Amino acid sequence: MVAKFKREYGSGVDPLTYLGQDYMVVDRSLIPEILQILRNEEQFDYCVDITAVHYPKREKQFDVIWILYSFARNERVRVKTQIADGETLPSSVPIWATANWLEREVYDMFGIKFDGHPDMKRILLPDGWKGHPLRKDYGILQQDNEWVQINLGIESGQ
Amino acid sequence: MTDPKTLSPPSLETHVAARDETFLDTNELVINMGPQHPATHGVLRVILRLDGEKVMGLECVIGYLHRGVEKIGENRTYAMFNPYVDRMDYVAAVSNGLGYCEAVEKLLNVEAPPRAQYIRVILTELNRVASHQLWLGTHALDIGAITPLFYTFRDREEILKIFEKYCGARLTTHAFRIGGLLYEAYDGFEQDVKNFISFFKPKIDEYEELLTTNRIWLERTKGVGVISGKDCIALGVTGPVLRASGVKWDIRKAQPYANYKNFDFEIPIGLNGDTYDRYLVRMVEMRQALRILEQAVNGIPAGPIMAKVPKVIKPPVGEVYHSIEAPKGELGYFIVSDGSTQPYRVRVRPPSFVNLQALDLMCRGQLVADVIAVIGTLDIVLGEVDR
Repeated sequence: MVAKFKREYGSGVDPLTYLGQDYMVVDRSLIPEILQILRNEEQFDYCVDITAVHYPKREKQFDVIWILYSFARNERVRVKTQIADGETLPSSVPIWATANWLEREVYDMFGIKFDGHPDMKRILLPDGWKGHPLRKDYGILQQDNEWVQINLGIESGQ
Repeated sequence: MTDPKTLSPPSLETHVAARDETFLDTNELVINMGPQHPATHGVLRVILRLDGEKVMGLECVIGYLHRGVEKIGENRTYAMFNPYVDRMDYVAAVSNGLGYCEAVEKLLNVEAPPRAQYIRVILTELNRVASHQLWLGTHALDIGAITPLFYTFRDREEILKIFEKYCGARLTTHAFRIGGLLYEAYDGFEQDVKNFISFFKPKIDEYEELLTTNRIWLERTKGVGVISGKDCIALGVTGPVLRASGVKWDIRKAQPYANYKNFDFEIPIGLNGDTYDRYLVRMVEMRQALRILEQAVNGIPAGPIMAKVPKVIKPPVGEVYHSIEAPKGELGYFIVSDGSTQPYRVRVRPPSFVNLQALDLMCRGQLVADVIAVIGTLDIVLGEVDR
């Protein structure tokens, strides 16, 4: 599989292994195609998780990671791509239905939007909340004081 | 002024037409359930779209218990974050700890010694039984059978006593440490586990006598909340729910962790993917857990309980994904290390969160009362959904 990807996409796909776990770093532009191929041709029919990591010092601030599993092959693979702040990604809800809530959580926590998502809104935090807590510049004691005062009628939640 | 006597009575046709417009209005009704509702097992809010008593669709509103566990993880050292994971799925705290410790061990490239592995498996399987007991009691209570709750809580107490004797805590145990165990098994640990096995075996039969062929139980669970194996996979649903839909997949067998490959056990599967099958699958899982316990408790080797782990845990730069079969499904940890003492990112892949997404599909076309049954059968813990 890895060799095939390498042959077809050249430098756009970089397959790596760490601690015996396979992952591939994929160029942002190839993401929709690669995910589709992994699902349809390589039998990665179960999307375990979608998540992101924030690197504020990098030009492309976010790593977005899809963790996939194939029941037929009993294999896991991670697909990783880098995007800049404000950039969007295509939604993978048409590929894996489970992506719906997982993408909403990534949006909620990091502010990364997914194009074509059926219901792109916050999931864990309230709708009117400002800020995305898992960004590195969001302090651990930080909260949306305005929201807390208006909606909870208290000065501060801390 | 018209004499009332001269007014003709309304014809039957106009009478029926008038009633149709005003009384037989079949608009959709939207009702709210929760977040403070005893049958939602925590603070889950469900917005139901109803046609009469039939559910046309629903939306879950979650996040009431959000504590920012992943953010906390980034601000604590590896060892300090360990007790926090117990607070996610608080009825299966031992499983959470096992997943986290093993993920960090993988990053550090160490392995817990065999003795620690055995004790870990024993505690984890005990916790699986405890989690299923709690599920059975509350699920049956939701549906209207009150007795099983008392039976399961009585028997769960025996497991919690073993936890308490082992580490002092009953629920949020913090039983494992990165690299192995902190506490050696106490004197009489093996005997306590053996006693529990022989005590609990007939108790499962007792539960089954109450429910398995109970007419009311069958009516309330058979054909309710059906989901196919294909839909389960598409929605990422794992654990007993996936297995009840006929997919024979358990991480303990598929990608064994700890020392599960040493033990002989079966993975039960269901045929119909309904609430009744999920009940049966979990009942068999309890029996299989006892089988694993029996083998493990008779095979605990002697030796150290802690691997060589530095006092200050600083894994090399890299990332790892490790998942285990928690009582509720695949519990995964994705940890990114930047070489410092604190994880750069900890992502928890919670089974309850992903499984809850299937609620909408499973409830469509069912009755309102069945929503309660389906929430129960999914076996969600809101502490884990919201983290």
